[in-house]
Amino acid sequence: MNDNLIEVRNLVKHFEVSKSVFSRNKKIVKAVDGISFDIKAGETLGLVGQSGCGKTTTARSLCLLDPKTSGSVNFYNPDTKNMESIDDIDDDGIRVFRRNMQMIFQDPYESLNPRWTIKDIIREPLDIHNIGSIAEREDAIVEILRTVGLTPPKNYLKRYPHEISGGQRQRVSIARTLVMKPKFVICDEPTSMLDVSIRISIMDLMLNLAKELDVSYLYITHDLAVARYMCNRIAVMFNGKIVEIAETEELLQNPIHPYTKRLISSIPIPDPSYKRERYEINFDELDKIISNNPDEKMIDVGNEHLVATHDTKGFFIET
Amino acid sequence: MSKILLEVKNLSMHYDTLEGNVEAVKNVSFNVNSGESFGLVGESGCGKTSVAMTLLQLQPENSIITEGSIKLDGKELVGLSENDLRKVRWDSISIVFQGAMNAWNPVIKIGEQIREAMREHYPQNSKQENINKINELFRMVGLDESISERFPHELSGGMKQRAVIALALSCDPKIIIADEPTTALDVVIQDQILNEIKKVQNLLGLSLIYISHDIAVIAEMTDKIAVMYAGSIVEMGPTKNVFTSPKHSYTRALLDSTPSIKGEKKKLRSLDGEPPSLIDKIDGCSFAPRCPDREISCNPTEHMSLIEIEPDHYVDVCSQGKI
Amino acid sequence: MENNNQDRDIKATLKKNWILFKQSKLGMTGLGIVIFFGFLAVLQPILFLTNVWDEGVYHPVVGYDAEKVARTIVECPDQYPTKDYQTREDCPKVDEVNIRYLKAFNIDGDVGDIYESNVQPAPPSRKHILGTDSLGRDIFSQIMEGCQVAFVLGLISAIIGVGISTLLGTAAAFYGGALDTYLMRQSDLVLMLPSLPFLFIISAFAELQVWHLAVVLGTLGGLGGSVITIKSQALQVKVKPFVDSARITGGTRRRIMFSHILPNVAPLALLYMVFSVTGAIASESVLSFLGLLNIDMSWGIMIYLAQTEGFIFTGLKYWWLILPAGLSVTLLAGGFYLVGRGLDDVFNPRLRRR
Repeated sequence: MNDNLIEVRNLVKHFEVSKSVFSRNKKIVKAVDGISFDIKAGETLGLVGQSGCGKTTTARSLCLLDPKTSGSVNFYNPDTKNMESIDDIDDDGIRVFRRNMQMIFQDPYESLNPRWTIKDIIREPLDIHNIGSIAEREDAIVEILRTVGLTPPKNYLKRYPHEISGGQRQRVSIARTLVMKPKFVICDEPTSMLDVSIRISIMDLMLNLAKELDVSYLYITHDLAVARYMCNRIAVMFNGKIVEIAETEELLQNPIHPYTKRLISSIPIPDPSYKRERYEINFDELDKIISNNPDEKMIDVGNEHLVATHDTKGFFIET
Repeated sequence: MSKILLEVKNLSMHYDTLEGNVEAVKNVSFNVNSGESFGLVGESGCGKTSVAMTLLQLQPENSIITEGSIKLDGKELVGLSENDLRKVRWDSISIVFQGAMNAWNPVIKIGEQIREAMREHYPQNSKQENINKINELFRMVGLDESISERFPHELSGGMKQRAVIALALSCDPKIIIADEPTTALDVVIQDQILNEIKKVQNLLGLSLIYISHDIAVIAEMTDKIAVMYAGSIVEMGPTKNVFTSPKHSYTRALLDSTPSIKGEKKKLRSLDGEPPSLIDKIDGCSFAPRCPDREISCNPTEHMSLIEIEPDHYVDVCSQGKI
Repeated sequence: MENNNQDRDIKATLKKNWILFKQSKLGMTGLGIVIFFGFLAVLQPILFLTNVWDEGVYHPVVGYDAEKVARTIVECPDQYPTKDYQTREDCPKVDEVNIRYLKAFNIDGDVGDIYESNVQPAPPSRKHILGTDSLGRDIFSQIMEGCQVAFVLGLISAIIGVGISTLLGTAAAFYGGALDTYLMRQSDLVLMLPSLPFLFIISAFAELQVWHLAVVLGTLGGLGGSVITIKSQALQVKVKPFVDSARITGGTRRRIMFSHILPNVAPLALLYMVFSVTGAIASESVLSFLGLLNIDMSWGIMIYLAQTEGFIFTGLKYWWLILPAGLSVTLLAGGFYLVGRGLDDVFNPRLRRR
């Protein structure tokens, strides 16, 4: 049986940027340029790359914040037990989609409405989707606050976001996201603005909740070390394209694409006696090769380890 | 043994705010030898940036240094007049801070802005001398010479930050403070910048104070580190010693909560609770409420002070019991 | 229990804001001025209701008090300057009467005698602490009446204006596109429109009453520059992650606009409201002074009367006809402005010193 939750095929998102008010020729920025991946139920896929590589744009297209330019996205509809394309779903379908697809944002200071209490913030999804009676909603809010470790919940219900700390705010974000029990959550660098000592507790919380509530994540980060801790598989993005995708340890032990190698070699190691080897590449050259060979063929080198070749000869693969 | 370049002794500083006094730096002492890399590591709000600002005497107006001394090359900086300070800054000590790359004046060419700083400090130099020097500095930090004729908006974040390093080096300082210089940058660019800083430091024999929350970066960049928590140094020593045998529970917690891409994938340990608010006066060990080893060891009301447990390795007395 | 909690939170928030506001000296000065005039505005009806003041005497429009003033009879010289009088305008002084004037009305008297007469305008006395105007009406009572007019006009026009600009500004930011373009061009037009001449034309066609004026001023203010400012604020709120979060959850456009964007624009709108009171009060004075408004009494009208009857040209000899009204306009308009400055400190955290 096909147990994919999300299937993305050749997703493209272009932005038009006009250089000046009077110029007619518009410049097109290819933020996401034909990427494909699947996410299985209960799996966490990491999307790793430098800022500006199109990670966040991918996320925003997936959850219909910005319309995609082309490509197809299919999601598993638990009501009909079928894969459905997001292009041709009706109003009912979109409600199911919204209920099952949520997003956690990077900035815990900006992602909660500053004029609402914690209770209102968590309650909003339930109100929008009209889930349960008033009393059931109250119970659900208390329950989810307990689940994300904000105990006792009574102390938090009436407070405003600015009255709690960054870590607690991110817990509220998670509670809001999970209160409808979605199947799929996109996490856009949810811990990068938190302090080191708090970061791990939020990451552990998300891992535990994934197991308990059977949630899959698309975990966006620039930090491979974080991705390693969180994800089953990692996709490396460069200039709007996925260049390599593999199971986490496989990718870290046996990187093939030069960009992946460069990325891995630039992660500092928390061990003063470890001497890191630098792997230098010429980004301009890589960029040129990629844009000269827009043919998107990823080849499988075994163990579901896919590498972009950019041309049919398998340019980057040294055997 | 190399000589002590910067000597900070019993430095205490607080901010006078609406809510009360925020004790940002409490009784901090450390030495930096010439040519040495010294790391200050801690979470946001632990006082590491406040220490950096006091070293340059650039702290905000509402801050008050209650006691302590900062001696640079034997010269006391606390209480120096603004005029004398201006000579010390950049001349002997300069800083690269987190947002520095956004601090360029957008309408003046990069090279001109660096020349301006040099004119202030070396009025006798000719323009050509300055230009030659800037070109040399640019080469050192891996920038093309033509960058000096560009405006800030024409450069990427990484290039601007490199130019900031060139600016910091332009007046031949003896010591550079790098306060989270790569936090806003990507890993790949961070890697390049760290590499340039290390290269320049070795080349010119500078001392470096590297401030970061990132244990991994600190591990690579420094010879000696001090771990700060709630305004105090809780552990200080040679980087290798501190990483291989951390003595303070907070240091251990920091090391245990840092993920790595090398070695076995291990379960990371999280730390409960939040750092304390510095407004309330804390008696004794400020880490006690979060300390995972609390019950085995210390007396949490005991006053904090550092003791030397092995050569050059200092730990807060709070952890004395379990060494 | 729950309500108590909520009350306490609101109280705590208010208290925090109040502490911040209290730090602003300008704001506190302004608040003092506004409260003082507010007190005057409510004091007048209370004085009438409790019969401390007799309406026949003290009513600002129809009251009359023939105040007897004792004056010394003098003979004004033909040649100036003399020992007592510098110029012809100085004779007679306020407490003197020219014998030639009495003779013209066939009243007997000698130079040096005391002559009791009804005076209008009468200078300040114990009974009328700011004197009376040329029709024998109490100035202080008129000032109080003017306070009521100023408050009613200022607040109504500010509420209307801010309501309009908040709704339009938020809508422009939220929906964008053609609506945005239209609203922005409309704001440009209103901004370009010279408002005083426009008001002259309107008052020429219609006899404007206070609330008419409030509606006109409010609409003009609400369609003008504040739409642009509110829009820019709303645009900043619109791109915040919490708005995205509501969209992902499936929130309708109406929900996002009214529950998420509007509450976060409200503080700025309140600030604008306070500033626009200042403009409304000043506009009313100008229009009244030009005699273009169909209202019984206001500070502008007081100055208008003093001007049409020629008292305004006598320097400060009849100061009580001009200064109290003029100062009131300046002080109250300035007071509201200062309150706005104080609120600015509260709502704009960037401006806070620490």
